[in-house]
Parts: sequence; C-alpha cells; structure tokens
Amino acid sequence: MSAVRAAWAIARKDLRIEWRSRTALLTASLFAILVQLVIVFGRDGGTVSLTMLAPSVLWITIALSSLVALNRAFLLEREHGALEGILVAPVNRSAIFWGKWFANLVFVLAVIAIAFPLWVLFFNVEPSTTLFGVLGLGVLGAIGFTAVGTVFSAMTVRTRFAELLLPVLMLPFMLPPVFFAAQATLRVLSNRPMEELWGWLRLLALFDVVFLVLATLLFPAVVDE
Amino acid sequence: MTAELAQADGHIRRGRIVTLIGLVSLAALYVMALQFTPPERFQGLAQKIFYIHPPAAYAMQLAFVLTGISSVLYLLIKDVRFDRFAEASAEVGMVLAVIVVITGPIWGKPVWGAWWSWDPRLTFTVLEMLVFGGYFALRSAVRDPVERARYAAVVGCMALILVPFNHMTVYLFASQHPTPVVVQTDKPDLPWVMLRTFLTGFAVFTVLYLGMVMQRYGIGVKRDLREALDA
Repeated sequence: MSAVRAAWAIARKDLRIEWRSRTALLTASLFAILVQLVIVFGRDGGTVSLTMLAPSVLWITIALSSLVALNRAFLLEREHGALEGILVAPVNRSAIFWGKWFANLVFVLAVIAIAFPLWVLFFNVEPSTTLFGVLGLGVLGAIGFTAVGTVFSAMTVRTRFAELLLPVLMLPFMLPPVFFAAQATLRVLSNRPMEELWGWLRLLALFDVVFLVLATLLFPAVVDE
Repeated sequence: MTAELAQADGHIRRGRIVTLIGLVSLAALYVMALQFTPPERFQGLAQKIFYIHPPAAYAMQLAFVLTGISSVLYLLIKDVRFDRFAEASAEVGMVLAVIVVITGPIWGKPVWGAWWSWDPRLTFTVLEMLVFGGYFALRSAVRDPVERARYAAVVGCMALILVPFNHMTVYLFASQHPTPVVVQTDKPDLPWVMLRTFLTGFAVFTVLYLGMVMQRYGIGVKRDLREALDA
C-alpha cells in the first residue's frame, strides 16, 4: 500500500467517524461561537468598536477552537488500543501522521467554516469577495499549527492531563502563525495593496512548510515504543 | 549502581565548586561594575544593570539552544545522557530567563518610564519561558522514563525550530507600535572600561550556567537511579 493511500485511508476513517456522530464538530462549533460572545461581552462597548476587534477575534476564535478540536484527535485511538492496531499495520509511520494531520486539518477547517459566517455577522464585517481571501488565510494558518498539534496531541493523550497539557504545549507554537495571520487579515479587510500582504503570507507559508516537515520527521519518535 | 551514584555525587560536587566560582566572580562583577566602571552619562546608575541583564539573556539563549541540540541528539542516538543534559539545561535556562525578566523591567522603569513595554527581547524571553514551561509540564505528566525522554526530546526539537520564528514575531510585533524611546541597538559603541566589565559579565554567566547544569545533571542521574529502584 502506498504511503499516500495509507494516509488517505486513515484520514477517511477519522472523518467518517466524526461525520457519523458529529458530536465533536457540533461541540467545537458551539465553542467557537461562545468564544466570540465572550469577547463581545468582555469589551467596553462604548469605546471599542466591533469592526476594530474583528481580525483579532477571528484569530482568537480559530486558535482556541482548534485546541478543542485537536484534543480529540487521538482520543479515538486510545480506546480499545486502536493506535496499536494501526501501528502494527505495514504502513509507514509518516503516512499515519499525514492521515491524522489531514483529518485534523479538515476538522479544524470545518469548525472555521461554521464560525466564519457568524463572525461576519456578529462583527459587522462588510460582506465582499475579500472575505474569500480571509478564509484562504484561515487555511494557510491552520496547516502549520495542526501539524504541530497532531504530534503534540499524540503525546498528551497518553498522559494523565491530556486536556490541560495540550493547550499549554500548543499555544506558544500558535502565537507566531496567529500573529502573522491576524496581521494579514487586517490588511485584507482594509483592502491594502498586495505588496503589504506578501511578507505576511510568506512568513505563514514558511511556518507551514517548516513545521509540516518537522512534524513528519518527529511523529515516528512519538508513537514508536 | 553504587558506582553510578558516586559518579552522580561527583557531578554535583564539581558543579558546586564551579557554581561557587561563578558566584564569587559575580560578586567581583558587581564591585567592578559599581566601583571601577564610570556611570553612563544619560542613564546614570540604571545602566549598571546592563552588566547583568544581557549576559543572563545570552546564557538563557545558550541553555535553550543546547537543550534543543541535545534533544535532537537524543532522538538520533537514544542515549539517556542527552535527555538528562537537555532537562538540566532547560531548567537552568528557566532560572536565567527569570533573571532576565526581572532585571529588564527594573531597567525599563527609569529609562522607558514603564515596567513593561513589549520590548522585542523581553517578549522573546517570555515566549521562550512559556515554551519551556510546557516542556516541564509534559515531563512531569509522563511517568515512564523512556517515554518521558522521547516526548521531551520531541518538544525540545520543536522549541529549537521555533526560536527563529519567535525572533521574527517579537521584532515584527514591536515595529507595529511606536516604542517609548528609540534604542540604538546595532552598534555597541562602548568605551573600553565599560566593554571590559560587559564582557566579564558574559564570562561570569557562562561559568554560572556550567556550574548549575553540572549539579542539575547529577540530580537527574540520582532521580533516574531511584526511579529504576522503584520500578
């Protein structure tokens, strides 16, 4: 079985399980909406306008709800020793990583896709075609940190404090991409010229490539006994 | 086992001697900075902290980078000594980071007028502290020593690669805001009397780093021995 096919099989399995119950998707989406409400109610309505907050809120929401989403990435495998089952299969460890990562990415993007229209609504973002650019930034931002999160969640799930440990480990690694992406979002929303955007996009892409490669290399060390 | 225990005690004893040398030189550095180095014209006495603050920051960076390199080596060679060194170096790095984060605002208040100004270097230190805070949280959550070493090494590698990204982040972040005072950082144009004290600071903190890591390494060996007994 080729590595790509093995990865695809694992990703499809994960996504199918998610799709059948949809509990995780529903919960993570509700969480993403609640984060936005917390920010709305936590702000001083008289002085801070919603439009000003919008780019920050989008990325705070994406960062926090991705954590919730990634927490469950390996929970499925913990039950009934499912991970051991996958590990004895004659497939490359990196292929397992790619499968898990891709499923996580799709899941995070699904949560973003649900939270996004509500963000547009709640924060009075002008609906226009530039919003597709913002969604594109969501994809570009999520690629890198879901790779890091996939490796970390494979580790934390085997510890006693999985739900607590993952955010503490993950968030420092999310700060750079969230910062780059929020800066880019700000510029897209205010229709700045492409030259101003280019540097941030390059940084995001660099983060994605570097950590995707690194995570692929490190993942075998996490699962191998 | 007793041979290993004696070896661990040896590490700790030698580490204590080196740390003691470091502490005595630190006291000498204080005297040198306060008594034999002229005060800076504009910042006055506040500038004296610069004989402590950048050397501590350099030693912190050294500690964290060596943790990263040691983590890579552990994953490649699987020798427990690299794990112990990585752990020791990370812990000493944390102590040095605390020194940086405490001395920074002490200087910032009189010179910038604010305790905290999101200065790139200080922010960078905080980011590194948080990364390694996670590193220690993970270490303490894993009971099996081999698994703990592997997981910690994975985080150590990731942290090493994150360093340049954090550098970019803090500098780009700082340039979004007007800083309270424009600080000339690219050319250290120090007269020799000041440079002499400044460089002595770097040497002192290198010695302190070595002494503390040696002790912490010995403690790590002892911990491993006890865990092996309990198992």
